[in-house]
Amino acid sequence: MSVLVNKNSKVIVQGFTGSEGTFHAGQMIEYGTNVVGGVTPNKGGQTHLDKPVFNTVADAVKETGADVSIIFVPPAFAADAIMEAAEAGIKVIICITEGIPTKDMIAVKNYISDKDCRLVGPNCPGVITPGEAKVGIMPGFVFKKGKIGIVSKSGTLTYEAADQVVKAGMGITTAIGIGGDPIIGTTTKEAVELLMNDPETEGIIMIGEIGGNMEADAANWIKENGTKPVVGFIAGQTAPAGRTMGHAGAIVGGADDTAEAKMKIMAACGITVAESPAEIGAKMAGLMGVTA
Amino acid sequence: MNIHEYQAKETLKSYGVAIQEGIVADTPEKAVEAAKRLTEQTGTSWWVIKAQIHAGGRGKGGGVKLAKSLDEVKEISSQILGMQLVTPQTSKEGKKVHQVLVAQDVYYPGESKTEEFYMSVLLNRASGRNMIMYSTEGGMDIEEVAEKTPHLIFHEEIDPSVGLQGFQARKIAFNLGLSGQSFKEMVKFVYALYAAYDGIDASLFEINPVLKTSDDKIIAVDSKVSIDANALYRQKDLAAMRDVREEDPTEVEAGEAGLNFVNLDGNVGCMVNGAGLAMATMDIIKISGGNPANFLDVGGTANAERVEKAFRIILKDQNVEAILVNIFGGIVRCDRVAQGIVDAYKNIGDIPVPIIVRLQGTNAEEAKKIIDDSGLKVHSAILLQEAADRIKEVLA
Repeated sequence: MSVLVNKNSKVIVQGFTGSEGTFHAGQMIEYGTNVVGGVTPNKGGQTHLDKPVFNTVADAVKETGADVSIIFVPPAFAADAIMEAAEAGIKVIICITEGIPTKDMIAVKNYISDKDCRLVGPNCPGVITPGEAKVGIMPGFVFKKGKIGIVSKSGTLTYEAADQVVKAGMGITTAIGIGGDPIIGTTTKEAVELLMNDPETEGIIMIGEIGGNMEADAANWIKENGTKPVVGFIAGQTAPAGRTMGHAGAIVGGADDTAEAKMKIMAACGITVAESPAEIGAKMAGLMGVTA
Repeated sequence: MNIHEYQAKETLKSYGVAIQEGIVADTPEKAVEAAKRLTEQTGTSWWVIKAQIHAGGRGKGGGVKLAKSLDEVKEISSQILGMQLVTPQTSKEGKKVHQVLVAQDVYYPGESKTEEFYMSVLLNRASGRNMIMYSTEGGMDIEEVAEKTPHLIFHEEIDPSVGLQGFQARKIAFNLGLSGQSFKEMVKFVYALYAAYDGIDASLFEINPVLKTSDDKIIAVDSKVSIDANALYRQKDLAAMRDVREEDPTEVEAGEAGLNFVNLDGNVGCMVNGAGLAMATMDIIKISGGNPANFLDVGGTANAERVEKAFRIILKDQNVEAILVNIFGGIVRCDRVAQGIVDAYKNIGDIPVPIIVRLQGTNAEEAKKIIDDSGLKVHSAILLQEAADRIKEVLA
């Protein structure tokens, strides 16, 4: 088991023939991900990276049975790409694109609310189930197979956490990069819930950052429904209020979305909080009774 | 991106929002001319001189004053123009005032008494929808209202499939206790305000106060407008309103070089790839006994050129006592980054503060060897904890 993506996932790449799409699709294929084709309007019928190119997502679904899509389309066109994937019946839509206007994402969230799909991202590193499928831009070799699920708003900080987990003698079931934008498809709580329900996952690492209330929602959910040990970390303990720290969503707006407030809620809900980003792996190993 | 009050008001007006009229000026002489013209246009007999800076609380710092004669317009605007205005929202050095808005006096006496309300439009991140937040307690610090009298703050969420509806605008006007002419005016005001928010890809509108005048008009007396930076590509008129004088010069320079940089007042500089890891690196600096001097995300391609630029920007800050470079190499190979750091260091010449370089990920061992063999004053580390320990050592 695992969540969202596995070796049976049939993956298409939207923005397949662009430079980002080409590079990362190549890396995904090399990793062993079952990439069945890609979509670039007006390039349908061509072959790219030995895979078929389609004009529309609907064509790609019809011809290949694709159920997962990864989006590398530029920000001005990415909202459209997400809605096209949802309309075509893609079940898991992973949007890597950074810089989509919030207004567009309000429309997307509304549009997909009654569609049978799950959006991950945007502005995220993607999802990886080690040894089965990498649907993202993360360095695959860092993620060794194991029993720890990771949920994170950040890219490189996810790699850091995965690396610590592996060095501490454990491995990863699925790592989900949920993204750093103000509006994202899958919330921290929803990602944690997926991992909580995954029989193979035995422990969960939840990495958040300043801004919004997703970590608090997840913590409250865990308090009521949690069945597995959870380690939490919040980036931005030293971030000033009112400034956007790189990620569009990483901004302290009030008293309840600071790192300090989030860490307090997490601790009160029974989550083991890592004060330092250097001790995420060690805290998890402690809870799992693993010695490296 | 933030814009000035006068720019915000012009924008609101173009969507039909009634505003306190005004004319912007950058010299006392032009302020007097503006006052004369404003009187011709609006009939106002007094004028409010308002400092134009990107920060709230201007009145508390002496940046908003009433002038009752043209001589006073000249006198007050010469005091305000060029001053370092310190408000509760600026640094202790304050912000230099380059322009004033000469605005009409809207608190004139009349049939009914004036009333001040609060209104903002913003994203409710939890629901992924916009909302109008409003209160009967206008002209005050809204954080204070939220703390002391939370029952006086109301919300109205907008359904994106249909937009703002009439019953919602009416509900807002009723909740604000209005009736008759002022009720109708408020409904119009709310409609126009939301159309403006939606039309310009705003990320925040804050109108405080919204004024009911003594003759039952509803107008925006102040307005704070922020635009979604991700939407500026399609909001060219608004993008052109950017005033770089309001920004930290080092941040502007970093932005031009494609570096995501925020200036802070600590003693340890840092250079990191990725926003989340950059924030986490700032945190570990604090835990190690230092204070972060900046946030800096160098992005995915940490090549020699970018690294050099980043070093030069961090070193502009005289308070920096050490620099921590923290790169998690995934797609980007650590040995290449290490070579980039060595080259950048040599190009800059002697860097007067200790540098700790932590490279982890692809080819981390080779990278450490490049740093260790370079003969430069650079401490290397592979684990994040090792980097934290090195910071403790160099600060001791």
